[in-house]
Amino acid sequence: MFHIFKKAAQTHLVTIGYPHAPAQIPENFRGAPVFDFATWRDARPAAEACPTGAIVKGDSAGRRRVTVDYGLCIYCGQCAEADDSGAVKITRNFELAARERGDLILTAEYPVEPDGSQGELIGVACGRPSGAEMLEPLTQKVQSRIHEVLGRSLAIREVDAGSCNGCEMEIGALNNPVYDLERLGIHFVASPRHADMLLVTGPVTRNMELALLKTYRATPAPKIVVAVGACGISGGIFGMNYATVGGVDTVVPVDVFIPGCPPRPHALLHGILLALGRMEQRAIAGIMSSSKPSL
Amino acid sequence: MTQSSFRIFDQIRDCCGVALERWHQANDVEIRADATLPDVRDMVAGLILNGCRLASIFAEDRTAASDDFLIYYVFDHMQDRRFLVVRTTIPSDMPVFPSVAAEVPAVNWQEREIQDWFGLVADGHPNPRRVALHDNWPDIHPLRKDFPFDTVLPPFEGEQHVYRPTLGEGVFQIPVGPVHAGIIEPGHFNFAVAGEPILYLQLRMFFTHKGIEKRFEQLPVNRAVYLAESISGDSSFSHGTAFCQAIERAAQIEIPVRARRMRTVLLELERIYNHVGDIGAIANDVGFAVANAHASRLRESILAMNEELSGSRLLRGIVCPGGLRHDWNDRQVECCRESLKSSEQEFVDLMQIVDSSDSTRDRLERTGILHPDKARDLGIVGVGGRASGVDRDLRRDHPYAAYDEVSFEVPVYQEGDVLRRMRVRVDEVWQSLRIIKQILTILEPGPNRVSVPVLPADCVALGAVEGWRGEILHWIRTGANGRLERCKIKDPSLNNWPALVEAVQGNIVPDFPVINKSFNLSYSGTDR
Repeated sequence: MFHIFKKAAQTHLVTIGYPHAPAQIPENFRGAPVFDFATWRDARPAAEACPTGAIVKGDSAGRRRVTVDYGLCIYCGQCAEADDSGAVKITRNFELAARERGDLILTAEYPVEPDGSQGELIGVACGRPSGAEMLEPLTQKVQSRIHEVLGRSLAIREVDAGSCNGCEMEIGALNNPVYDLERLGIHFVASPRHADMLLVTGPVTRNMELALLKTYRATPAPKIVVAVGACGISGGIFGMNYATVGGVDTVVPVDVFIPGCPPRPHALLHGILLALGRMEQRAIAGIMSSSKPSL
Repeated sequence: MTQSSFRIFDQIRDCCGVALERWHQANDVEIRADATLPDVRDMVAGLILNGCRLASIFAEDRTAASDDFLIYYVFDHMQDRRFLVVRTTIPSDMPVFPSVAAEVPAVNWQEREIQDWFGLVADGHPNPRRVALHDNWPDIHPLRKDFPFDTVLPPFEGEQHVYRPTLGEGVFQIPVGPVHAGIIEPGHFNFAVAGEPILYLQLRMFFTHKGIEKRFEQLPVNRAVYLAESISGDSSFSHGTAFCQAIERAAQIEIPVRARRMRTVLLELERIYNHVGDIGAIANDVGFAVANAHASRLRESILAMNEELSGSRLLRGIVCPGGLRHDWNDRQVECCRESLKSSEQEFVDLMQIVDSSDSTRDRLERTGILHPDKARDLGIVGVGGRASGVDRDLRRDHPYAAYDEVSFEVPVYQEGDVLRRMRVRVDEVWQSLRIIKQILTILEPGPNRVSVPVLPADCVALGAVEGWRGEILHWIRTGANGRLERCKIKDPSLNNWPALVEAVQGNIVPDFPVINKSFNLSYSGTDR
């Protein structure tokens, strides 16, 4: 007992100030890559190096479309390493959570030069390419009600729908004295029947598809679903195959997407508070701004 | 012991009772040989009689090249630094191989996995039911080459798994999962209980099966490293390193000394942060939340160090074939040294708190006992094995990275209870700190990577790493265009789940969480 009190007296406050104070992030943290589309002359090395296909280039009829998907990115930094022009840079930005899947996707269009490089930027657009299907998220009206009903105290049920357990480690860390989620009135519960929010990691496997759906149905309304990590958003490096169905939004409607592989605890905090309307969306497809770039 | 005493396989070859053809040493870590199909049972029995351990069994579809399947048996021996990989050929028109699971229970699941994924029948298996594909799946064999990776299977309509019934007065079942109460991975536990004590536990795994071994066949080698890091998130660096070692051996290149030493530091940091987290979690599961709070605080400081050294809290994105992607500057090394010094003091304080509680010890001692003979028969590896008398550690028995440059001890206990599994972790944290300190004194400037050529098709190699959980094996065959033809992954969890079934018998249900935590197995690593 003596040791416990002695240690308690020696240990100062360890809980971080985030989100009320700026996050203290180690210098070498690899956050979101940013792209200087206006000066980017060749997307091929970065697209070739990307392990998950988060950077894709498609050429047709003299035009090149380069798509960057922050929901597929695992933040490995290979793109910046492969691209020696300086147009791709790794930042320490982690507040990437978004309400719309399309807010994580950027498409830039260029003319293709004869040597295969790119000419002058034609335009950049944000959003999901048309044709992709997803289940409808909550409407704006319901979202403002959520802040009223759940904004001050929230019960979360975590569902691992097939993850590699990296996301689980970071979600588990939210309970430790450093991140201490309960100081924000948020806690994890043991049953979906007690929950207001499902925090779901993926990729959703065929074997967890039904379990996820049943968990969703067992959660009383109003309820929020947050998809965590590259795999929870898009299937990530595993892709869609005989054993997985991809992102969480292929099975249940998703309100907020938290990119990362895994998202660091600060990023999880931001995403959860974003879903509650207690924090703002900070980035649109990696660009720290409040307005969507237009074509 | 001299170097020659670590080469016992050459002697065993002549006395294991069967002829092993084409016996040759492929590289420093591997002897390869062929056995004929009818000889397999005698070969396995003979080698085991001579003190070998069957570490893994896996298959490969070679129907395109030679119209047959190959099955590989990986053995190791305490007195040999190399692995023995014996290969046997199964004709595609007679897809049957002799099961050895009755004699070697350690390969029970691995043989059934071959049945499920390749459609080869394990002849004489005592329990040939499905394991790696759930019972309601259609009759498919996804690792066959003629099965397309992106097949979309129709909704499953097959029968659900039938559990062994729980019969008798006052005896009942507790089904748990796949969605659990805590923040853990999915799996199904079916307890048969009589009052509080557990009569037996039936496990259903493979809920997180995401086709990883098949996915490896789609990716070029440099991208596949990231997939290897995602096999089990808490072992990202160990799995990444095992994969890279296999690639490096296939390419027959040596990585620079500095890279070997840096890998050793990172492997040990992964061990420390997981062990510290587990020590706290075990204490927490018997209600000692204060100890867990201090343990998770210490774990956070190590994760911050990970981030300084690799850019990722989980040590992702730094290992690559040929070494490491980034070098460390003096500031980073100094930061590591300083951080370790304070971590060491924190760990002393943490263990003082844990050890000061008699009621914690009371809950942990003689709880969840895995007897040494059972551990040996089931082929239990890693922490779970060493707490039950299995004196195995790849770092010592098959040195890789820079483990032959440092001195350390391998803790082994005989009692096999939760307390000893925690003790093994405590002792290993001390040894890991010792290893890192030794490495930091000899870490000299130099290149941190060499380039790896694009591999020609049909290079074969084995990578082995003692992850913090236990033995990780990666076996690869290269294909055309710099891709992989096959990548077999064996996570220690695959060996160790049966240990949990043994250890919980006779214990009360409320002790199950702490027993489960004391093994802390990876569901994703098992299911792949």
